[in-house]
Amino acid sequence: MDWIQQLVNGISLGSIYALIALGYTMVYGIIKLINFAHGEVFMIGAFVGFYAIAGWGLGFFPALIIAMAVCAGMGMLIERVAYRRLRGSTRIAALITAIGISLFIQYLFIYFRGAQPEAYPEVISNQTFNIFGAQISSQSLMILGTSIVLMIVLQFIVHKTKIGKAMRAVSHDMDAARLMGINVNTTISATFAIGSSLAGAAGVFFGVYYTKIEPLMGVIPGVKAFVAAVLGGIGIIPGAMVGGLVLGVVETVVSGLGYSLWRDAAAFVILILILLFKPSGIFGKNAREKV
Amino acid sequence: MNTKKIKGFWLFVILSIIVYFAVQMAANIGMVNNYHVNTLVYICINIILAVSLHLVIGITGQFSIGHAGFLAVGAYISAIVTMKLSLPFPIALIIGGIVAALTGLIVGIPSLRLRGDYLAIATLGFAEIIRIIFLNIDAVGGAAGMQVTKMTTWTSAFICLFITVLVIVNFTNSRHGRACISIRENEIAADAMGINTTYYKVAAFAIGSFFAGIAGGLYAHNFYIIQPVQFGFLKSFDILIFVVLGGLGSLSGAVISAILLTIVSTFLQSYPETRMIIYSAVLIIVMLYRPQGLLGTKEITDLFKRKSVKGGS
Repeated sequence: MDWIQQLVNGISLGSIYALIALGYTMVYGIIKLINFAHGEVFMIGAFVGFYAIAGWGLGFFPALIIAMAVCAGMGMLIERVAYRRLRGSTRIAALITAIGISLFIQYLFIYFRGAQPEAYPEVISNQTFNIFGAQISSQSLMILGTSIVLMIVLQFIVHKTKIGKAMRAVSHDMDAARLMGINVNTTISATFAIGSSLAGAAGVFFGVYYTKIEPLMGVIPGVKAFVAAVLGGIGIIPGAMVGGLVLGVVETVVSGLGYSLWRDAAAFVILILILLFKPSGIFGKNAREKV
Repeated sequence: MNTKKIKGFWLFVILSIIVYFAVQMAANIGMVNNYHVNTLVYICINIILAVSLHLVIGITGQFSIGHAGFLAVGAYISAIVTMKLSLPFPIALIIGGIVAALTGLIVGIPSLRLRGDYLAIATLGFAEIIRIIFLNIDAVGGAAGMQVTKMTTWTSAFICLFITVLVIVNFTNSRHGRACISIRENEIAADAMGINTTYYKVAAFAIGSFFAGIAGGLYAHNFYIIQPVQFGFLKSFDILIFVVLGGLGSLSGAVISAILLTIVSTFLQSYPETRMIIYSAVLIIVMLYRPQGLLGTKEITDLFKRKSVKGGS
């Protein structure tokens, strides 16, 4: 039953992508900006989790919460320092700034800390269960379970709370939301905080699952999570979850078939196909362009 | 108006001949050593890259962040032509350029239907795919890279630079260039005025890729070895910053920032992290406080024009 095992591995990887993709999709939905620095928030989350576990001897869940909190703060800081000034400027200026912020964080981190990788401590005891003949590790179940809980919490925040309602309103029409008395700046900050905290959680999961973290680790998962967000339909929250899972499974299948060097290309091929044939994504609706 | 343009053209030709012979003489009598000549060659390559991307981003307004992909195509194809087929270097450069232009067509025709952010991400994806393809071809050395003899000289680099600038300036000033500028300003309006926007976007993309391929040929034959890792996203970013910093839409701005940043990065060669921190910080600050770049859409020659009007009349 090799296929079930591949599928479970793919879903674990996919849930990490999905958590990062949620941040991309929320930020894109609200201010139409590809937040390239999101991959770096993910990296910082992994390192904060590492220091919390290895340095202070905390357990998995306290480390996860600390990483999420630090990343939430960082997301708000990035938004406040860089993106808020750019709200009225061209999309290209905003995109270039986002790329600049991403590289700035990477190399500032390398400058102060060094580029050497770090081995993640084994914080969840790694047992393997035998389900239907497939070897499934307790780690991937734990990651999967926690991601599902986080996604349910996110759905609750977006659909049942006041701030979630404000977010949906701002992403629908920023000016109208402002006229209705919604504090747009606070809402955007909150969006960044929530999205970044999910990326921080994904960072800790990534560290636990792959046991190796380094300062440039955020680049590839960041871009792939963006692919996942586009795949599901950017700006649509369930789309990011589905897109992440699909991408994770596809990648695992491609490497399972023996083309592991082509694994990264698979994500980009998916991206280009989806952009060419259905740019609005799986769940997206076609929007007419207004002149 | 027309005589002015012709005057500008001859001024450019004479100036470049003077620059060329000045460097050549200085190198011959030993005033400039090999290291400096090498830096000058590197500056030439970077200017070609900056100017070719300027045509795509600055003139046509199509935001491509995968220019290193075409650089990689030019580098690998020309290296294969000289090393495996042992044809002469100029032919290799031209073949590299043509193959890069064809790749540009293949990439451009589908992806130029997209706009803004989506186009940026698609070009990034294509560049990564090109890099991964070279990484997986064993005939060109895979990840270990490919050995290439050094053939790029100051003369060949300068001739290529001269031709590139000449072609792009003339293209920009032609009817086609004006069509491209109208696409940059407002694509829907350009379409409504009867301009075949897709045709011009793809043409600009292919011409930009052609010159990026030429630069790739020079690049490959300048460093003894080419590896897929040299053509990653960071290389695209390096080229992008030349264009953005100089001013989106300003050719002289792109040239000046390519010269300045190449000199800065040769000084910071032993501190790659510091270099990247400075690069990204400069980029952020320019975008926050002067989003149109240092020169905006003006050219450095505009300064002289204004003066001549004052003095001449």
